[in-house]
Amino acid sequence: MSSQNESDKKPEIKSRPEFGKSTRRTFLSRLGMASLLASAGSIAPAFGERLEKEQSLSSESKDAIAVTLRVNERKYDLRIDPRTTLLDCLREHLHLIGSKKGCDHGQCGACTVHINGRRVNSCLCFAAMYQGDEITTIEGLGQPENLHPMQQAFVSHDAYQCGYCTSGQIMSAAALLKEPCGPEDADVKELMSGNICRCGAYQNIVAAIQSVRQTRSEEKQA
Amino acid sequence: MKLFELARADDPGQAIAAGAKATTAQQGAEIRFIAGGTNLVDFMKLNVETPQKLVDINHLPFGKIEALPDGGLSIGAVVRNSDLAYHPIVRKNYAVLSEAILSGASPQLRNMATTAGNLLQRTRCMYFRDTAMPCNKREPGSGCAAITGINRSLAILGTSEHCIATSPSDMNVAMAALEATIHIRGTKGKRSVPIGDFHLLPGNTPQRETVLEPGDLITHVTLPPPAPGSRSLYLKLRDRASYEFALASAAVVITAAGGKITRARVALGGVGTRPWRSPEAEAELTGQPATQAVFQKAANAALRSAKPQSQNGFKIELAKRCLVHALKLVTQTA
Repeated sequence: MSSQNESDKKPEIKSRPEFGKSTRRTFLSRLGMASLLASAGSIAPAFGERLEKEQSLSSESKDAIAVTLRVNERKYDLRIDPRTTLLDCLREHLHLIGSKKGCDHGQCGACTVHINGRRVNSCLCFAAMYQGDEITTIEGLGQPENLHPMQQAFVSHDAYQCGYCTSGQIMSAAALLKEPCGPEDADVKELMSGNICRCGAYQNIVAAIQSVRQTRSEEKQA
Repeated sequence: MKLFELARADDPGQAIAAGAKATTAQQGAEIRFIAGGTNLVDFMKLNVETPQKLVDINHLPFGKIEALPDGGLSIGAVVRNSDLAYHPIVRKNYAVLSEAILSGASPQLRNMATTAGNLLQRTRCMYFRDTAMPCNKREPGSGCAAITGINRSLAILGTSEHCIATSPSDMNVAMAALEATIHIRGTKGKRSVPIGDFHLLPGNTPQRETVLEPGDLITHVTLPPPAPGSRSLYLKLRDRASYEFALASAAVVITAAGGKITRARVALGGVGTRPWRSPEAEAELTGQPATQAVFQKAANAALRSAKPQSQNGFKIELAKRCLVHALKLVTQTA
């Protein structure tokens, strides 16, 4: 049995992606930290210390293990705590923040990604178990200049309000295209039941999905 | 979540040897096999499960669904629930199983969850899930908060004074009605356990849910050939139309000839502390005409030993109506 605890190896992160400029998220979190420092100077050091501790546990602790993941056709060599879920790995280590954390217990679907083309809840996957698999996130499904038809359909049908569940909805819907699904709206609703939308944009979500399915079946017939 | 060591088993022997080092294969197991993880990871996040070691069994050669020479079916331990539910032989010969699986969880979870994992699916009782609360299943001897607490969704059949936790699986209810056999490899070799003997009643030891011992590895499940001329169906009643656990469900496998029921297999879900096969209902149905009155008698028999708690008395009538309706649907000529 190949134990994956390689605690004696010197920790290093090989291909942690470098970002030259601030993303919206880092900007916002810096902003958040700045305002926290300004408003509550006395608790800020403790907060910073804890943050540092958590970061060291996640990547540089003696318990970190070496993993290689393939995400959106790119290979990543990482050292992670074995407890790291695929969702946390994508967001915190690879900075692919399109996949969202809602419930963190496999109930809401906001974290939906594809593993080998099939949709799964990434919050219930330990990242280290998916080495050798092809992982696709919303960032890999399509890009702003080259949207996947399902992404385009969500835009065209206004299939969201706040947008928090949207990447999970789209990943789920894109996978649904390859699954056995009846023609009716009710069939789509049943197979989308693992994706919760608290804004209640369900009508437009179903319309978006049905429009892609309609186009695909017309293309097949043509 | 407690830190654990992650190991990968490349053959069954490795998994068995690793698992055998635990002191128990039940609640509190220090070593757990992990496949889909949909149940285990959830419980690890809640600190209900705190294994020191996980053995990844996804790479063991248990991923196949194979037709057996006798007309039955062999289902590998790590076959995903969605692959099982959509398999053409399952849809044709074991409709009840396909329907049961597709009525449970979500497509994402069914893509992850496995046959063996589903067999071991643990209760949704909120007191079991909350480590701040007493629970005899999670912490033997600590008491049962559900009996005097919120118990609307909990069991009415097979309960004890120590535990009223409902068995949550849909798949297992269908497996019970289909008389599945569970095949296990352990430190002492191979053995086969009928599903009716696999899950234990809570009694005085609610922390023990199955007959599994340390090192025991479920390799596959077999289904007997479908009874000639039989029809099967799964009916699930719940608070939402989809993506919700059963308040009551019924798996029925019925053979009828000349208006008479010649063979009946009945199991109930959402009401029992284990997948609830009902020989009492089967006896009331066998040799009788397929009529509403007979169905009602069978339903009454199935729920005769039901024990309601403060909030779940409605389940007795609900389960009866569920079974009656399932029997009506399955005996309707197409």
